[in-house]
Amino acid sequence: MHTESLSGQAVFPAKHTEPRPEHPPEIPLAIHDLTVAYHRKPVLWDIELNIPEGKLVGIVGPNGAGKSTLLKACLDLVPRTSGWAHIYGAPYRKARHRVAYVPQRESVDWDFPVNALDVVAMGAYRRLGWFRRVTKAEAARAMEALEQVGIAHLAQRQISQLSGGQQQRVFLARALMQDADLYLMDEPFAAVDAATEQAIVELLRRLSGEGKTCLVVHHDLATVTTYFDWIVLINMRIVAAGPTAETFTRENLQKTYGGKLNLLEKAAEALRSTPR
Amino acid sequence: MNWTAFDTWIVVTGALCAVACALPGCFLVLRKMSMMGDAISHAVLPGLAIAFLVTGTRASVPMFVGAAVAGLLTALFTQWIMRFGNVDRGAAMGIVFTTLFAIGLLLIRRAADHVDLDPDCVLYGAIELTPLDTLGIGGLDIPRAALVNGAVLLVNLAFIAALYKELKLSAFDPDLAGTLGFSPQFLHYLLMTLVAVTTVAAFESVGSIIVIAMLIVPPATALLLTRRLLPMLGIAATAAVLAAATGHLAALVVPGWFGFQSTTSSGMMAFASGLLFLLAWLFGPEQGVVARWLRRGPVEPEPLSQTQTKTT
Repeated sequence: MHTESLSGQAVFPAKHTEPRPEHPPEIPLAIHDLTVAYHRKPVLWDIELNIPEGKLVGIVGPNGAGKSTLLKACLDLVPRTSGWAHIYGAPYRKARHRVAYVPQRESVDWDFPVNALDVVAMGAYRRLGWFRRVTKAEAARAMEALEQVGIAHLAQRQISQLSGGQQQRVFLARALMQDADLYLMDEPFAAVDAATEQAIVELLRRLSGEGKTCLVVHHDLATVTTYFDWIVLINMRIVAAGPTAETFTRENLQKTYGGKLNLLEKAAEALRSTPR
Repeated sequence: MNWTAFDTWIVVTGALCAVACALPGCFLVLRKMSMMGDAISHAVLPGLAIAFLVTGTRASVPMFVGAAVAGLLTALFTQWIMRFGNVDRGAAMGIVFTTLFAIGLLLIRRAADHVDLDPDCVLYGAIELTPLDTLGIGGLDIPRAALVNGAVLLVNLAFIAALYKELKLSAFDPDLAGTLGFSPQFLHYLLMTLVAVTTVAAFESVGSIIVIAMLIVPPATALLLTRRLLPMLGIAATAAVLAAATGHLAALVVPGWFGFQSTTSSGMMAFASGLLFLLAWLFGPEQGVVARWLRRGPVEPEPLSQTQTKTT
């Protein structure tokens, strides 16, 4: 049996060759041997990750590191080339009710003819199931969710009439509607105003205080240590994962952002990161 | 002008057809897939031709099955070419529907010697002739085309009523739809099948080109006038009916002003919907050109949102 990994990266557990290990169901997200490729080009490679319960976890890495893809692979939104991701010990399709997803704000068309309340009510659709309409009770819950993110007064506003921060709050309210145990959020802090950023942080802390687990793709290195208890540093592979105090080190950041990049990748990186 | 029962039936048939198209058309427009209606309306042709060649009749059922299959194939092929050819949706659609349309035309030409499936009719339809082909129901002679379009309209209404929230969700945020267990792919193919069936019903009356106007223009008009989905469906249906009525009337009257005979009604119906769109664009209450011009002040203290930053 192989006990030593030859990759020289001692932080990783040895690759499992034996049958799937049993995960205690309290692990919100367990990822094993996950590889994702787009058009035969790998985006994520050999991901091994166990996210502990009740933690506020930041996913940090350069553009194109596969942060969003990692979330999507856990949600069956992109095909996995190998490996699996288990949510509370079960594959995603059996654990839908325990997960809420906040996609990137730019992923939808904000000119779509719906108001804020309509969008938040979408968080109840899985509970309702096929064919059933949004009930009065669910609409009331949607109103409560909007109140929790502080924009109940904008419920009837068409979504294009909302500011970027307000749109992000609508998305968070929709996730609250899903009443999940694990929240996967893709860049919720991107291009929001300071008040919204503060509101989101408070919401995340409240969720984790209730024992919920939040996995948040984050791009602002300056706030990592104040926001997150736990971080995952990623650049196609997991560079390091663990409690922020131990993991958020200069050396690990160097490994994530620099060092291994060759000139071409650096150029591509610079192009990608130039503001549109 | 000499308005007869014929004219009434033409308007009724046109209106039923236009509303049947406008309802699924709303979701095409919202999914930014307007041209998918174009693609499918052309690509159903080989389905129709093959259904005809196999069964030897122009009976509705095989025609609808042929069209539904062809429509589904169009959507599937487009998806495959996008995925494996790594090209955008527009290019993939262009490849698929022109190829299928060409095959359809060839098949019709092959069969044209002994059938009355006429390429001209396929392109422009013959709504003026539809009242000649009637079925007696309850002592009333109802044109077959009106019945077919009416039936499709009912199917579309039932479909949208049953799957309203699923269609809304998968059009707005397909990723969330996927994570919640409402397969956006399944809903996509279902909608495409519906569009194919609707297109075939509209075929005989308005042909495969004007049907595109009916699928897209009333929903686009409605989107200029409202910011909610349900009113959008209602306004699109109203615009569709208005376009059918004024279109036929205009086809009878307008050419007379210039000393010509009456012109094709389906063409005028499409033109009328274009005119309604223009009116909505100019005089829409909130987003209309005039309203925006009147509202323009010295400064714009409106909340910054993506749309506004885009347009200003």
